[in-house]
Amino acid sequence: MKNTLSMVVAAVGVVAALGLAGCGGSNEASGSGKPAGSAAGPSASAAALTMKDPWVKAAPAGEMTAAFGVLTNGTAADITVVSAESAASPMELHEMTMKDGQMVMQPKPGGFVIKAGGSHELSPGGDHLMLMKPAKAIEAGDEVAFTLKLADGTAVPFTAIAKPFAGAGESYAPDMKMPSAGMPMAPTTSSAP
Amino acid sequence: MLNRRRLLGGAAVAGLGTAAGAGAVAALAGHGSPVPTAVATPLDTGTATVAFHGPRQAGVSDDPPAHAAFVAFTLHPGTDRRALTRMLRLLSDDAARLTQGAPALGDTDATLAVLPARLTVTFGFGPGLYPAAGLEAPVADLPPFKIDRLDRRWSGGDLLLQICADDPLTVAHTQRMLIKDARPFAAVRWVQQGFRRSPGVQAPEHTQRNVLGQLDGTANPRGAAEIDPAVWNPDGSSTLVVRRIRAEIEKWDILSVADKENATGRRLVSGAPLSGTAERDEPNFTALDESGLPAMPDYSHVTRAHVTDPELKILRRPYNYDGMPNAAGQPDAGLIFAAYQRDIVRQFLPIQQRLAERDLLNEWITPIGSAVFAIPPGCAEGGWIGEQVLG
Repeated sequence: MKNTLSMVVAAVGVVAALGLAGCGGSNEASGSGKPAGSAAGPSASAAALTMKDPWVKAAPAGEMTAAFGVLTNGTAADITVVSAESAASPMELHEMTMKDGQMVMQPKPGGFVIKAGGSHELSPGGDHLMLMKPAKAIEAGDEVAFTLKLADGTAVPFTAIAKPFAGAGESYAPDMKMPSAGMPMAPTTSSAP
Repeated sequence: MLNRRRLLGGAAVAGLGTAAGAGAVAALAGHGSPVPTAVATPLDTGTATVAFHGPRQAGVSDDPPAHAAFVAFTLHPGTDRRALTRMLRLLSDDAARLTQGAPALGDTDATLAVLPARLTVTFGFGPGLYPAAGLEAPVADLPPFKIDRLDRRWSGGDLLLQICADDPLTVAHTQRMLIKDARPFAAVRWVQQGFRRSPGVQAPEHTQRNVLGQLDGTANPRGAAEIDPAVWNPDGSSTLVVRRIRAEIEKWDILSVADKENATGRRLVSGAPLSGTAERDEPNFTALDESGLPAMPDYSHVTRAHVTDPELKILRRPYNYDGMPNAAGQPDAGLIFAAYQRDIVRQFLPIQQRLAERDLLNEWITPIGSAVFAIPPGCAEGGWIGEQVLG
């Protein structure tokens, strides 16, 4: 019971964060038409698939968190990311989906498909790389190494910097009683009349 | 009242420019007095960028943009060298992106990042940052001066972020993003927000006016040939003094124009030294006026602050502030005095000591905040500010 609840709490926390940030993340519009000054270049090595602007949300040990960035497919064929790995935590590929009128996250069946010549944004509010249970705290400014596994067996490594990201309804420091910024938190949903 | 009327009718209207805005300028024009040259606002005001990467940090030698926020932090007790490294990597990454018009990673308001408007973020390290990293500090707090009425609220700081841009919303967004990323490592100690003339209002090379109506910064070194020997160490480092100077405007209002000019040693309208006719005229301290007294009074601000050795000059990069007046209508205004120089003890201190001793202007200005920072060198792409110090 307790476990289930805390899972729900975490999940809803993320959902809430995504709800706000979803409109904000570094989307195409903000990237295009600007001087190519974005500090981080592609950090992936595979020529076919590159990860741009990767970052991971800082989190205490054992607490779920997620990594984001923009995947770009430089080839003429679709590429499928089937899994992600990191020494930092067991990982899953997640999507956000509407269930019973509520946004929830769930493992993405079949992985992330990046269309030929296209890009695919992993962002709060959308698809993301879920760190299910970090062994150690991921602290702000840490650099965390990840590897994406593609359907053809290729590995795409990248390094993401940890940001102290706090979206709505999600407190960076759990012991600090931060207001939930109007976003519903799990405790209120547990006893929905 | 009579004085006030005389003032408004007279040439000193320029001194009220900040408060009275366009009305004052129009009045000036009507009297045939010199009006600062207005230039058409360039269309790239919003999209213009200043490079973040380089051997020296931006936001020092470059022309000051119209708006600034000086944000000082106090490190959390546990913030050691490793944590400082993590913090500075994060903040450097944010600054590198935002200054080029790209959102920070995880930017929750990415739409606010697309108009950098010459945004710069300049990092300063206070005396307390070094011991936290197990290092000896290259800068120390200024000694107390008898004119000081320092408030802790505006003083000190382990880390400073000087955020400048030609647009206040850009400054606000940048300040927000940087504070969010600094929060795990440090608490906000103080923020001082200031302004200069808006872009396009005057030619870029103009000397700005402060809230007392004085041209402020005439004696600054100009251009790399003058700025470099005064401001930059060979390794690309510098130092910064930030002093919050409250203007006692109500007292200043009472003065006649002649008294105001005697206090500063310059004409209010033209900025010329009392010994000369044009703003850039070198003050002549041996010249006598018609009554046989020195044209440049010994107690005037310009006389006290004057420096001839180019290596001993300081680069003043001040911003005005204008807070909320109190219920009686008395202003809360003044200057965020920011001075860059290679060496605070060798360059800044002697000037400040001479001013504290005998600057008549002290009657109408009060230092209420003081902080010093080392300005570390800049960094290359992929690097971070502070890597030469902490890396």
